[in-house]
Amino acid sequence: MADRVLMKGNEAIAEAAIRAGCRHYFGYPITPQTEIAAYMAKKMPKIGGVFLQAESEIASINMVYGAAAAGMRVMTSSSSPGISLKSEGISYIAASDVPAFIVNVQRGGPGLGGIQPSQSDYFQATKGGGHGDYHLIVLAPASVQEMASLTVKGFNLADKYRMAAMILADGTIGQMMEPISFENVEIETYDKPWALTGTGMKRKHNIINSLYLKPDELERINFQRYEKYRAIEETEPLYEAYRMEDAEICVVAFGIASRVAKNAVVTARNEGIKAGLIRPITLWPFPKKALRDAAAQVKAFVSVELNMGQMIEDIRLATECTRPVSLCCRTGGMIPDPGQVLESIRQAQKGVN
Amino acid sequence: MEHRRVTLFAGHYGSGKTNIAVNYALLLAGEGKKTVIADMDIVNPYFRTADSAKELEAAGVDLVSPQFANSNVDLPALPAEAYRLVEDKSVYAVMDIGGDDRGAYALGRYVPYIREEGDYRMVFVANASRPLTRTPADALEVMREIEAAGGLAFTDLVNNTNLAHETTPQTVLASQEYMAELSRISGLPVWLTTAEETVAAGLQGKLPDLLPMKLQAKYFDLPDDRKQPPKPRPLFG
Repeated sequence: MADRVLMKGNEAIAEAAIRAGCRHYFGYPITPQTEIAAYMAKKMPKIGGVFLQAESEIASINMVYGAAAAGMRVMTSSSSPGISLKSEGISYIAASDVPAFIVNVQRGGPGLGGIQPSQSDYFQATKGGGHGDYHLIVLAPASVQEMASLTVKGFNLADKYRMAAMILADGTIGQMMEPISFENVEIETYDKPWALTGTGMKRKHNIINSLYLKPDELERINFQRYEKYRAIEETEPLYEAYRMEDAEICVVAFGIASRVAKNAVVTARNEGIKAGLIRPITLWPFPKKALRDAAAQVKAFVSVELNMGQMIEDIRLATECTRPVSLCCRTGGMIPDPGQVLESIRQAQKGVN
Repeated sequence: MEHRRVTLFAGHYGSGKTNIAVNYALLLAGEGKKTVIADMDIVNPYFRTADSAKELEAAGVDLVSPQFANSNVDLPALPAEAYRLVEDKSVYAVMDIGGDDRGAYALGRYVPYIREEGDYRMVFVANASRPLTRTPADALEVMREIEAAGGLAFTDLVNNTNLAHETTPQTVLASQEYMAELSRISGLPVWLTTAEETVAAGLQGKLPDLLPMKLQAKYFDLPDDRKQPPKPRPLFG
């Protein structure tokens, strides 16, 4: 028992980041993720780390860029409108091939929206957000334990692939409390010969930059970067399959929506409907193969999302529209009820879309 | 159990103040006392006293809640009605204070009334399983910060050590040592031990002054973690 603690999702991210070796946090407060900054403010000074509340989101992401270029494990966190402000800097980080860790605890949008939970930044996280051709590794925790374990994984993957990794959570997972453990934290370390650490007059200087004067050179680098992305899509997709063995209806949901969906799957099973759940844990790379394999088995998909239907596009692409995909959603800070998801499963079973 | 006219629950955020305040208000009402509970939390955006509005209403407990609780308005404002708790001496008042020193700032304006009347209990809610109050010394630091911000010294401790759905009677019993030490260094008595009712059933006779609590099922509880099925909610509205 002594090894288990009761934590808020936001705190779990902060503590896991510290354990993963992050000693540099730059951010700007916004509900519903402020506990991350508050935790860092309390802890970083005690362990020789840096907590800095910048003058804006734009400043903080550029501080992340700088520390990342120096080879540090560094992070920032925000919520939806704040991530939009950071998106220019995220694009620069992607273009400079430096690792960084970014947290988006989403709230309702668009615009200033509201402070209640949402998943409406799926497109922004998985399709870019900032300008130019790039991807982020996007991790979608569905529990406080995963807030911790995927934070560690995010730092590891960021260093491994020299790119930014993002936790895409929502306000509920950020605010809810669950018992967790940090026992199985596996920290991977990677050499960073590219980092700006000072040459000591012993080596040629490194350059971290996102500006290329020659278009053919920029094209070559973009092609190279997409080679890396292809490798990641091959090896890194993660998902959870729940009662999929004999499923006829496949519910697809991530994060908080997957918890509601899981309850609906149990109820549907009790009604005699063979429902199952695929929960993408990596949103990019999307678990395309799992969806493609499921399409060979099930007769329909139901996408449960806290937005107007964003992941549903990736389900349709992954399954090449071989099966109908219906949408079960709430938006604006509202959460689907298990009863609403159950009704969508019933309709899918009847062949109604 | 002996009650004071005003009971204030404060502590580290996530220590369980709201659940305890709601259950204590229900206990007072159950004893036939005219009870008012106030959500004084100016910090936490989610999971508030207002979530229990129906249960409180059914028990005849008046709820005073910030106008913008559970809305999209992130405005730390308290309603004028909150003065009723300190001015109307015919009611038993339960005040659910926001977490940490930041939450306790909201208390300042009511303190002169509470002090003058002198019939109150300022309770520190402790959960030994919370990482930032893992040691009694950590908890004492939070207590001192809250007292400085709120302007009111604690008078009692509540042991609410829990690990949510993983809590067993052993979780609570194992925290006795922690509470004894916190009691020693703060000089305050442990007034109550609180636990979810099925856990509390396993503690009967082992601990004095036990308050069993009903906790609300939440929509995000997982099938395996749940002690009771969630109540259905309307789809819209």
